[in-house]
Amino acid sequence: MSEHHIKLPEGSIEKKTTTLNLGPTHPATHGVFQNVLELDGERIVDAEQTVGYIHRAFEKIAERRPLYQITPLTDRLNYCSSPINNMGWHQTCEKLLGIKLPKRVDYLRVIIMELARISDHLICNSIVGVDTGAFTGFLYVMQYRELIYEIYEEICGSRLTTNIGRIGGFERNFTNTAFQKLEKFLAEYPNVLAEFNNLFMRNRIFMERTIGGGGISAERALNYGFTGPNLRASGVDYDVRVQSPYSSYEDFDFIIPVGKTGDNYDRFMVRNEEMKQSLHIIRQAYQKVQEFKGEAAEVFHADTPAYYLPAKEDVYTKMEALIYHFKIVMGETDIPSGEVYHSVEGGNGELGFYLISDGGRSPYRLHFRRPCFIYYQAYSELVKGSMLSDAIVTLSSLNLIAGEMDG
Amino acid sequence: MARPVQYNIKNEGGKPIAVAELPPGHTGDGFFATNLGSLVGLARKNSIWPLPFATSCCGIEFMATMGAHYDLGRFGAERIGFSPRQCDLLMVMGTIAKKMGPVLRQVYLQMAEPRWVLSVGACACSGGIFDSYSVLQGIDQIIPVDVYVPGCPPRPEAIIDGILKIQDLIGSESLRRRSSDKYAELMTSYGIQ
Amino acid sequence: MTLTNELIKEKLAQKFGEQLTNWEEPYGLLTFTGAKDTNLKVMQFLFDDTEMRFRFLTDLCAVHYPNRTGEELAVVYHLHNLVDNIRLRFKVFTDIAQPDIFTASALYESANWMERETYDFYGVNFVGHPNLKRIQNVEEMDYFPMRKEFPLEDQTRRDKDDEMFGRG
Repeated sequence: MSEHHIKLPEGSIEKKTTTLNLGPTHPATHGVFQNVLELDGERIVDAEQTVGYIHRAFEKIAERRPLYQITPLTDRLNYCSSPINNMGWHQTCEKLLGIKLPKRVDYLRVIIMELARISDHLICNSIVGVDTGAFTGFLYVMQYRELIYEIYEEICGSRLTTNIGRIGGFERNFTNTAFQKLEKFLAEYPNVLAEFNNLFMRNRIFMERTIGGGGISAERALNYGFTGPNLRASGVDYDVRVQSPYSSYEDFDFIIPVGKTGDNYDRFMVRNEEMKQSLHIIRQAYQKVQEFKGEAAEVFHADTPAYYLPAKEDVYTKMEALIYHFKIVMGETDIPSGEVYHSVEGGNGELGFYLISDGGRSPYRLHFRRPCFIYYQAYSELVKGSMLSDAIVTLSSLNLIAGEMDG
Repeated sequence: MARPVQYNIKNEGGKPIAVAELPPGHTGDGFFATNLGSLVGLARKNSIWPLPFATSCCGIEFMATMGAHYDLGRFGAERIGFSPRQCDLLMVMGTIAKKMGPVLRQVYLQMAEPRWVLSVGACACSGGIFDSYSVLQGIDQIIPVDVYVPGCPPRPEAIIDGILKIQDLIGSESLRRRSSDKYAELMTSYGIQ
Repeated sequence: MTLTNELIKEKLAQKFGEQLTNWEEPYGLLTFTGAKDTNLKVMQFLFDDTEMRFRFLTDLCAVHYPNRTGEELAVVYHLHNLVDNIRLRFKVFTDIAQPDIFTASALYESANWMERETYDFYGVNFVGHPNLKRIQNVEEMDYFPMRKEFPLEDQTRRDKDDEMFGRG
């Protein structure tokens, strides 16, 4: 980046800074958050952020709802990858209730979570492309997000805010159509990713726009509480899936890509490589699922009648199933009291759930550790001294999802 | 990825390939007479410039609607703009919190007549699943809305259905509506001059 | 030697003694409570000590216990040692009439907004915070919504039919 400032004679024009308001409605802010920038010409001198424009009081709403009704709320946190939020919440409840899941359910969950991760990284990377001026990549890749949506639809009925799974497993077994769609995705997507890479990875314009902008060192990133691809781009290989494996992630073989300087290009490349690793994990998981044959292939939930709603045919014909159904719906089941913290590797980093239960049907306190909220504070440090257009690219490469930020 | 063109190339059954429906009028040799309102309506409805006011999850479904699979552009709404001064249709997609309300109102006030509002998603229509202290229970508490699209989030087909209904409204709107007393009454009920 | 929960408990008890109480391990996570004015000292010790190395603040939130008179608000810190992969939960309690807690934002930058959110929801006053104002709610709000006594729904609505919601 060149340093050509026009040199004016002393005392000719008073040097003042301009205040520019970026947001909350702005095409560059993909979500509603506001940045008030102090500009000296084109350079940013200072920045201040305001959030809360979509504060929906999730934590207060959660204190009113029984545990299984909180899943639709978690959907709307990081809505680009809602299955990961759902699975994280189910795992938190399973930790509290002491439910152990069969392996097949774990592997199915891994498939869903990695598909969601691909979906989230796809949006982020293509929007970085859009913000540098390349609209084609985004349109091209949205077609493959439609394929992922079709897979979700086959499993749970909904495209975006999925409410997938139940505490204890899934609501129904994956159909053959779902597996066929998954195979189609696995066959077609790598070529698309390769074409998308050809557009951006060694593109001179893209590299010049993104390299060097919005960089942060590893120590500052850790102090700011960065997690996820943004932290890995700075060189720290912290991934919750590897450090505290959940849902049988220890059975899979994958690498964690890390960057060096934490600038926009590193973040783009880390997300790109993570998509490839996610494909690798999905292939392994799919193979493992197919190894279950016969009756084992029909297992899609844990055997906990106390917390998992029985099948409707049984409720209408068997007495125990009727009683369990009644107890679960009317809130008569025994929920242990205690406090549990569980975190999963979301699309943006460590998504944590801190649940305090007092034995009642709804939580006493539920707090979401939202990665976007925590690392958005660092934005002013990331853009100070850079130009306005670089600030826009930094904003989109951080993958800020407003729903998760305000919660 | 490339697939051959499949539709409307063979015209099987001799079906006429329609482009757009003509409004009722008199056709002659080289001329077509209709009333000005329908003509203006026809032009306006097939070239809407929407402003996507996307706040949350419904915004992602809108991105899917604009994409190649569901393609909103074939209805004429290809040029989306982010400046209210240049747009006709304000599509409010997503939850509007009380903090965001004044911002939404200001964007609406900056739009020039004629302007229409499409409220997409349960949160924009009525607050949705968020019946809490910080969420505005429906944007029609601060701005007048023309079409509501329910859903959480609505499927892209539902959003397109909403756009088609807006197109019907635009096509059949009287030229004098915006300066009529009834409209002025509607605006004052919202506190807009 | 590898760091374990017992080792951490020993070292902390050695350094701070009676000020840290209520040691428990729900679901494997070492949890303890500290006296109100020790929060910064404990976190600084955990940060600086070469064996402890708790240099990552995962989460900061508050909980309201209306029944514990004199100690209604609890601020909960979740700390993480990334090198040895151990987590900690550290709680401090304070009175609701004067909820002053020392800010952790000098030690961890991530605490800045997390404390603003805690102030916004519960009214905990973080002493020494550079910019303690509301972050999620509108600035003019005059109550702290997450406290148990406040309702979820907006009380100024006129259009909700109480009959339909079972409150008629």
